[in-house]
Amino acid sequence: MEVKVRPLECWNDFKKYRERYYKNYLEAKDKGGIRWAGSAWAFDAIPHGLGEDVYPLTGEPYGATCAFFHDFSRQCLETIERRGVARDLCGYMRNYWGSIAQNKYLLPDGTTVEPFPKPDFNFTIHICCTHAKWYHYAAELEGGVPTYAVDISVGPGYLLDDKRINYVVKQLNDAISWMEKITGREYDDELLIKAVYAEADSMSTWARICKLNQAKPAPLEEKSMFSLYVLNLINRSDPEVAKLYHKLYDEVESRVKRGIGALTYEQFRFLTDNPPPWAFLKVYRYLEKEYGAVSLGAIYTFGLAGGWLGMDEKGEKWIWEPAPTPEEAGVEITNREEALRWTAEYNLRYRASWQHEYSHWIRKLETYQMIKDWNADAIIMHINRGCELWNLSTLEVRDYLVKNNIPVATYEGNMADPRDFDEARTFNVIDSFMQSMGIERISEK
Amino acid sequence: MGKKVEELPQLKQFREWFEKRHEYAKEWKRKNGGKVVGYYCTYCPEEILYAAGVLPVRILGSHEPESITRPYLHDMYCPFCHDTLAQGLQGRYDYLDGVTLAQSCLHMRQSYFSFVDRVPNIQWSYYMPFPHGVNNPHAAPYLRSELEKFKSAVEEWTGTTITNKELDGAIEVYNKNRQLMKEVFELRKSDNPPITGLHAMEMVVSSQIVDKKDHNEVLEALLEELKDAEVEREAGTRLILIGSEDDDRSFLELVEYGINYPATFVYEECCTGARYFWDEVRPNEDRLMALAERYVYRIPCPAKDWATGELIRRRFQHIERVIKDYNVQGAIITQMKFCDPHELDIPALRDLFDKHDVKHLTLELDITQPVGQFRTRVEAFLEALGEEDLFF
Repeated sequence: MEVKVRPLECWNDFKKYRERYYKNYLEAKDKGGIRWAGSAWAFDAIPHGLGEDVYPLTGEPYGATCAFFHDFSRQCLETIERRGVARDLCGYMRNYWGSIAQNKYLLPDGTTVEPFPKPDFNFTIHICCTHAKWYHYAAELEGGVPTYAVDISVGPGYLLDDKRINYVVKQLNDAISWMEKITGREYDDELLIKAVYAEADSMSTWARICKLNQAKPAPLEEKSMFSLYVLNLINRSDPEVAKLYHKLYDEVESRVKRGIGALTYEQFRFLTDNPPPWAFLKVYRYLEKEYGAVSLGAIYTFGLAGGWLGMDEKGEKWIWEPAPTPEEAGVEITNREEALRWTAEYNLRYRASWQHEYSHWIRKLETYQMIKDWNADAIIMHINRGCELWNLSTLEVRDYLVKNNIPVATYEGNMADPRDFDEARTFNVIDSFMQSMGIERISEK
Repeated sequence: MGKKVEELPQLKQFREWFEKRHEYAKEWKRKNGGKVVGYYCTYCPEEILYAAGVLPVRILGSHEPESITRPYLHDMYCPFCHDTLAQGLQGRYDYLDGVTLAQSCLHMRQSYFSFVDRVPNIQWSYYMPFPHGVNNPHAAPYLRSELEKFKSAVEEWTGTTITNKELDGAIEVYNKNRQLMKEVFELRKSDNPPITGLHAMEMVVSSQIVDKKDHNEVLEALLEELKDAEVEREAGTRLILIGSEDDDRSFLELVEYGINYPATFVYEECCTGARYFWDEVRPNEDRLMALAERYVYRIPCPAKDWATGELIRRRFQHIERVIKDYNVQGAIITQMKFCDPHELDIPALRDLFDKHDVKHLTLELDITQPVGQFRTRVEAFLEALGEEDLFF
């Protein structure tokens, strides 16, 4: 299918925001501001209440940026391995630790500056085996940075009850008192409330954008989506981020109406799974150029940054519909307690990527439903040695999909360690898979 | 002088239970007509199952090479999670009625999910959202609410009502087991520890797989015998073992019995060692709260030990006490390959041992062990420890 294509008009807005974000963190102290570091999954609305000059650095996107710049990544990985850190641990984390150990900070254009900007505090969550311990050791590497991790061990959203939500809310309340104590600042509930609204807006809007990719031709391809979804991983509670996602939504909706696609030739639609090998995103371009294959997204790209309804109440079916914002749910947030409860419940219930950590059955249904809803012909799964959390259930999911007649290809790699990727072999896997699917190379048509 | 330690019937009994765990469970089931539930991690509140007349048994591996788990578990998930699932897939746990997991590390979770789905005899399963973090003040009350749900699920499945009386009975049996094993560990503080790390491992692991009442009887008899037992071996270097599931006899035999330089493990900081039994349930009108506090405040697994405001690891604080109380001279860190929670602690753990001037050796464990290579490394370590002034 020949397709009209056009560059995204808001591309530069996203790019500039990301550049500013890393620079703001670097320069926070020049302006008397506060720096904090933590997982992209941290309840990032909470530190917003400390003021309007509070700048985060989320670790996973930073680790991915390091991985994109192979040489810097290798230096980080080798530096931290020399300190006795195991090579099979989270790739993002090793890049992050290695960056601290080298005392070098990487900017998104690939330049490095010294020293690595030390945060005033670390604030994160813990769901896999790594997150809280990542920041615990980072704090030690940096000479004892105050660190607080929130335990979110309460199971999948459809099984939530008040006691489970309250467990998280109580920790968030404690975290606020702790932040006040270590920063010496008075907490502003109005700023928190504003951030909580923005968070839901950013995440639910991203989900609506993802839904638009069900169209044929697909208006977006996943490699570009990586540059768009990331704002929800670095600062989703910033109202400016929510605005940018609204702008993007309008543009993508218009592309769908006008039949504008992501690829000039779309003959094969597939999904992916897991974070990609950031140092080898050329895999996506190879599929596009050689086979007219468009990657529509993944439970990673959609689920990590989006708010989705997820499992139905009976736990029998996954629903890929955007989660309601407070306005859509008819909820008015007027005080701290309501804000904390909303952000806890929204994340625990609707953050898709938190659901399947509690059952591979959830991930099977989630993946299967995505393949159906986005009209995908197949799935190409990255067996990712860099993240054990995202690899939870991948082989069981593969088995389930194959048994349900979904074509599956797998390749092994590492999202954040460029040494763990066999480029030639991966292209070989892709060629064999496409051949088995009867997809001809565009050049051979 | 009493009997030689190696000939004590109680130690032989532990070994027999360790080796014939499946036969024991089948026989228990035949005699008692009760249900047997396999549990995946030592955070499982066994007392609740026991109070319902269920025999909880820890699901363990066999340390035999296997490949049948490869279609279901990622290659870089730990050998232990592969090994445990392999036992289920091979039908060795064909007597289990149910299986449960108190939420622990990712690898155990995956192994548990696959076990539930793929081991045909499993009729009942329960995944408990146990707190990931045990250093925040809300963890115990939260766990209490989860224990209530677990108790209800067990009651519904078994058709029983678990009253305070049954819970008290179970807590008493379990606490007694903990006290008795602690008494045995107390003896290991002496200059000439009566038992080895191998004996201790077999004692602790057997307690995880047999009825605690049976185990308590043997423990009581063992403590009597140990009062005047004859210790034939030279203690040598006093070692602490640090790790996760260290139930591979070949490794312990190698270090304590297979090297020219004498050495004895005086303490095992692992979940097949002291971490399993060290802390008791403290009496509380609210029995479930008592259980919740015990499991939250026990010596934590590294998976659950991280900063919530304060940069402390409770496990490290415990290790520091052990170094002093047990006069530890060297540490062997046995890292289960791919076990992230332990790997994440290792750089800081090495620093801790350096701070206390305790020399350490890190070895990576797999399903089977490279005994020849380990012999060379452990021998060099012990030799160097013996000539500390010269080598360190």
